[in-house]
Amino acid sequence: MSRKRRGRKQRVLITGIGGNFGRAVARRLHRRYEIIGMDRRPVHHMPKDIDVENVDIRRRRAEDVFRRERIDAVVHLNIMHDPRTRQEEHHAFNIVGTQKIFQLASEHRVPKIIVLSSANVYGPDPTNNQFLKEDAPLMGGQKFDAIRDLIALDMFCNTFFWRHPEIETVILRPVHIVGRVNNAPSRYLRLERPITVMGFDPMIQLIHVEDVVSAVERSLTPGVRGVYNIAGPSPVPLSLLFDKMGKTPRPVPEPMARMMLKAGWSLKVSDWPVPELDHIKYVCMVDDSLARQKLGFAHEYSLDRILDDLSRPPRH
Amino acid sequence: MGLTQPIKRLRERIDETLVDTIDPSIWANIQNMEAGQNEYGFDPFGFEPDFLKYIVPVAERLYRKYFRTEVVDIENIPDSGRVLLVANHTGQIPIDGFLLGCALLFDKKPARMVRSMVEHWVPTIPFVSWFLARAGQVVGTRENCRILLGRDGCILVFPEGIRGINKTYDRAYELERFGLGFMRLALETNTPIVPVGVVGGEEQMPSIWNFESLGKLLGMPAFPITPTWPLLGPLGALPLPVKYRLYFGEPMHFEGAPDDEDRVINAQVDRVKDALRELIDRGLDEREGVFW
Repeated sequence: MSRKRRGRKQRVLITGIGGNFGRAVARRLHRRYEIIGMDRRPVHHMPKDIDVENVDIRRRRAEDVFRRERIDAVVHLNIMHDPRTRQEEHHAFNIVGTQKIFQLASEHRVPKIIVLSSANVYGPDPTNNQFLKEDAPLMGGQKFDAIRDLIALDMFCNTFFWRHPEIETVILRPVHIVGRVNNAPSRYLRLERPITVMGFDPMIQLIHVEDVVSAVERSLTPGVRGVYNIAGPSPVPLSLLFDKMGKTPRPVPEPMARMMLKAGWSLKVSDWPVPELDHIKYVCMVDDSLARQKLGFAHEYSLDRILDDLSRPPRH
Repeated sequence: MGLTQPIKRLRERIDETLVDTIDPSIWANIQNMEAGQNEYGFDPFGFEPDFLKYIVPVAERLYRKYFRTEVVDIENIPDSGRVLLVANHTGQIPIDGFLLGCALLFDKKPARMVRSMVEHWVPTIPFVSWFLARAGQVVGTRENCRILLGRDGCILVFPEGIRGINKTYDRAYELERFGLGFMRLALETNTPIVPVGVVGGEEQMPSIWNFESLGKLLGMPAFPITPTWPLLGPLGALPLPVKYRLYFGEPMHFEGAPDDEDRVINAQVDRVKDALRELIDRGLDEREGVFW
């Protein structure tokens, strides 16, 4: 209420605004909120009323933004997911960057931080419960190194959540985000003749990028805090997704698929690390009932709309 | 790409032929089954009622012709609502679970789908993982069981587990130690328990001796030696055409705290065990022979 009385829109800082998802969040929020963006990459196609600071979140200039503006919420999206980047760089950027943002938010009394983690932190595993709740152990790093920093980051945010009760921390763990974006699951589903592991057809949950944006928007509501799994329409087998898109997958025996991926990765013709194969073998599904209850989240995009959007080229 | 159309057409033809071989009333029963499936025909665990068309033609012959299964008091299973079926586990290979599933599909009106809990390593086996998931089998975690009961499912439990299935023939129809997990879950979710006495299974593959060390070496839970296996090779591993009898007991209701001490839970489990023993004894008394 007090902010309303001050008669200005709430000010939201979006880190990593230059990415596809950052842009989608900015486009949705800029009418209701005053948006400040931060990214070390060049940022294009942004609504005119958005100020973008071209700065690495780990540098001192990032602090100036906090000092200058009275920020009401931070949407932290500046998390690197590129498996091709050197592990050290990947790790340092994600962990140090996040720590810096949280530290600044705490020093400058930002009342809310929203972090985009992923349901992949739970990891696909044959022993998984069909639906993983928010308190399930984060086992994604067991076989897959590249996800370890996302897990460390998620855990860091959790610790922060308990140590700074004055800040409302929201951690969102969405399932595979697809739509007109350019991430690993979208690229896989867009393949003309996708490879599958012979004899496996796991149930898959997908969510449209715009629905994740809605979840972020809902998380901005004052009073909301905690960890939330975010999922879209009801899960379906992987084969049904291809069937609906009119694609014929190529089932390959697992040892061969592993060999192909390994060779493809070393020769830099594929961007798929071998452990990603588990995602098309085992289930990694989440129970999103908490988000539906507490956040009032409801997905809008049906499976047909998701697949329709997916078959169009990614937006730039 | 040119090949996909003929393959699709061939598959449709096979599907139609398979459906034609199924008794229309059974097929209608399966199609009208409420298994919580979504608009694409799958439940969240990957079960697809439509997939049963690939199983039913063979399953029905095995159930009716090979094992000539007889069911007694099947109406004790409620038509709807959550229920735990607790049965004795026998016979080296888990045909008892399969026949129980068949009984509820073929002999119960309206049909009910039994979901049983499979071992953790099953999802790692190619094709088997896919096949069992489509046929409604679920990885046996407590949380999965809880979700299914929450969705008013009918779940089959063998509280003896591997202990029951691997015993030698001299201990036929003796009940092994029961696990307590099923009782805690029943108390927690307020689920009635229907005991099911399975008679016939012990004779399908009477094990004379369990070659434990070889089993361990091969990574198998046991290595049974039967009069035919391994003497007759793979043929000897086939179950004998024994007659199966399934006795369904009255639903039992339990009350109490699910997190009570083992001693308290054990007393309740013993009541189920006694009911089960009675059903098995009745079955053994009533049968005139192993094969007829």
